Amino acid sequence: MRTITLREGADLDGFRRAVRRLAAARTAPEAVLWSVGAPSLFGDEAPAFENGAPVLLPQAVGRLIETVVCHSDPERYALLHRLVWRVLNGERALLDQHADPLVHRLERLDKAVRRDIHKMHAFLRFRALPDPAGGERYVAWFEPDHHIVEAVAPFFVERFESMVWTILTPKGSLHWDRHRLMTGPPAERPDSLADDRFAEGWLRYYESTFNPARVNPTAMRAEMPRKFWANMPETAAIPAMVRAAPARVQAMLEAEAAIPRRRMPEKAVAAMARQAPDSLADLNRLIQRSEPLVPGATQAVPGEGPEGAAIAIVGEQPGDQEDREGRPFVGPAGQLLTAALEEAGIDRGGLYLTNAVKHFKFVQRGKRRIHQSPTAGEVKHYRWWLMTELGFVRPRLVVALGATAALALSGRPVSVLRERGPMAFDGWDGFVTVHPSYLLRLPGEEERRRAQAEFVADLRRAAALA
Amino acid sequence: MDDALIEKLGILADAAKYDASCASSGAKPRSGGKEGLGSTTGAGICHAYTPDGRCVSLLKILLTNHCLFDCVYCINRRSSNVRRARFTVAEVVELTLGFYKRNCIEGLFLSSGIIRSPDHTMEQMMLVARTLRRDHGFAGYIHLKTIPEASPWLIEQAGLWADRLSINLELPTDHSLKAFAPEKNGGTIKAVMGQVNERIVEAKEERRRFSPAGQSTQLIVGADDATDRSVLETSGTLYQRYGLRRVYYSAFSPIPEASSVLPVKPPPLQRENRLYQADWLLRYYGFTVEEIASGGEGGMLDLGIDPKLAWALKNRERFPVDVNRADREMLLRVPGLGARAVDKILSARRHTRLRMEDLGRLSNGLRRARPFLIAADYHPAGGLTDRLDLRQRLVTPSSQLSLF
Repeated sequence: MRTITLREGADLDGFRRAVRRLAAARTAPEAVLWSVGAPSLFGDEAPAFENGAPVLLPQAVGRLIETVVCHSDPERYALLHRLVWRVLNGERALLDQHADPLVHRLERLDKAVRRDIHKMHAFLRFRALPDPAGGERYVAWFEPDHHIVEAVAPFFVERFESMVWTILTPKGSLHWDRHRLMTGPPAERPDSLADDRFAEGWLRYYESTFNPARVNPTAMRAEMPRKFWANMPETAAIPAMVRAAPARVQAMLEAEAAIPRRRMPEKAVAAMARQAPDSLADLNRLIQRSEPLVPGATQAVPGEGPEGAAIAIVGEQPGDQEDREGRPFVGPAGQLLTAALEEAGIDRGGLYLTNAVKHFKFVQRGKRRIHQSPTAGEVKHYRWWLMTELGFVRPRLVVALGATAALALSGRPVSVLRERGPMAFDGWDGFVTVHPSYLLRLPGEEERRRAQAEFVADLRRAAALA
Repeated sequence: MDDALIEKLGILADAAKYDASCASSGAKPRSGGKEGLGSTTGAGICHAYTPDGRCVSLLKILLTNHCLFDCVYCINRRSSNVRRARFTVAEVVELTLGFYKRNCIEGLFLSSGIIRSPDHTMEQMMLVARTLRRDHGFAGYIHLKTIPEASPWLIEQAGLWADRLSINLELPTDHSLKAFAPEKNGGTIKAVMGQVNERIVEAKEERRRFSPAGQSTQLIVGADDATDRSVLETSGTLYQRYGLRRVYYSAFSPIPEASSVLPVKPPPLQRENRLYQADWLLRYYGFTVEEIASGGEGGMLDLGIDPKLAWALKNRERFPVDVNRADREMLLRVPGLGARAVDKILSARRHTRLRMEDLGRLSNGLRRARPFLIAADYHPAGGLTDRLDLRQRLVTPSSQLSLF
């Protein structure tokens, strides 16, 4: 009979080393006595054997071992060794056999540890203390059933990384200083952890969120057993809450139906219905207050031009320069549009110019911000604004520059080169042509000149239609 | 935090507690890092339970309980004499961060009465979420109650910051909605659910962040005369058409300052419980509303037994089921066997022929399942499913949930 003594608590490393050696020696579980507590790692075993070869186990077994070693059951190592032995001796899929007594027992240990971890995540309460170094320091006392202090650490570090905190338990302690996690020895319950106003506020919240008409302490205790109550300040209120509940409900049931004491706020109720923006300026204020759907843009770029303009021109979205200046069509494509309008004999100042999407979307490449086309979903998101905007401007004709504008206005994907020309939009007479940035991207001089002439011709046609 | 703020907290938590939703799950794992605060883990955490058995996961409060609407079932309707209060955006932010740092909550569930206009109210709520996220790097959970009468663009702004959006339908039929909530419109509510669903689906396809934990709603049960069948039909439609994550059922509960239109006596809490069980059968057990309703009488579920058992008792010819051979669909229909037990059975029976002793280790509901199944060493004697007193034998006398 071999005796193996592991460290107090969850000694995963010790167990792993022992298993490697036992597997190498083909020692059956019946021949091993596991004990816990002595400072030396291997009891009567010689330390020379410490580095056995790793044992190949299914992942699920490894995960189960990691949890179950945290259990406080003194038999845990023996049970796990029996599991490993059987898995290594022909029963690779043993963990699928949920009806096997050993598997069943280990699953219950596993569940108990998981529950303990979950309850510690949930029921631990920090108290804020002034930190001598400035700011606040948070301290908690908790009594877990199992050896889970190290297992819960990642959760608290991740959640409260920006705070300085200490967690004290009878099974060990944790301290986080914003940079490093330190584990410490078991701690004594601190004498008093003074409560601040937030603790008082929390108590009031707890009492107020309780519905006396549904009192059901059994359900409460099933999820929050009494053993946790000592470290949760709000639970002090429970007895009084339960005691007072029947009388509160009785009072509600007996009370006559209430007659309103206040006058009916007729004016306010009527005013409530009138919330839609009632002018273009109002709408633009709203647009400028809003966040871009995709983060990044400096500001929203509203439309520009007189209300009542005969033609509204709708582009895709603001570009780099528009985003900085807050005005539409002032970048390279905008300059090209201005030139084409001049050539077509159209006064830019008489037009209403806007974009289907009001925010610049881009990817940063070094110092440059490279334009990204809006997705169909983004176009839809901005459509409500565009339509409301056109409702104020009331143009005779809406010109869509490029596919995005055509999509926003017609509600369907449009192939610009194939469908350019007049098109009925949702409630508006429309016209589809290319976006000036398309001209900028054409490679050949000759090609560009031809496309530009077509663009100018389109603008003339549109002006004639309007 | 001063006395006045604590007082307001009391009023605005009390005013928010009739909303049953508390989930803090469904958000992708993330954390606020060195500069921010908080994390979400995917699964929710309940940080406390009150003596009504409900969990405290999120700080559930109203921004204000002043309201211009006059929905009779609601304690905050404009004609109610309840005490009123109003938080500023900064106060809600302070409370959320303070409680979060003490590990009391997973995040914020913010709702509000309608003041000035739906848009104004929605914007204030959106500002709370935006301030938390942007100015404080808050990575905890945020659930915003959507005001269906608000403009689409504002609702979509809310979706940029929230983990979950919800719109309460409150009443299962348009008819009841008209009678009890004259300022509300069932069509508007459903249109917004449709809109939010569309945005959620699009954002997922385009890998943008928009209400990543989906949307949910609440139905009040027992305030009107709708049957369980019509409640479940409404839920079925909501799940299918609007992709809702959850429908919460809230048994109408007596409130102080009640309106005279309301029923005096609340429905038994058991009704709410049965509806939740039925809801689960709809979503995870392959039952149809028709099948569930057929287990009860006159469109109401049987309060004495759970809806799966009720269905099984009326369809005894489909039992007993052989646990070593039946397919998953049929095993899921055995009373007492949950989805987890069924999966364990399926995986265990590949290795061995299951006997009753094995099943006892796989399921906690074997007592109820026994008459409906066959195991390697067991067959319900003399056709137990034919016995007339089977219902009595399976029901534990219990009425502990009723107050009266």
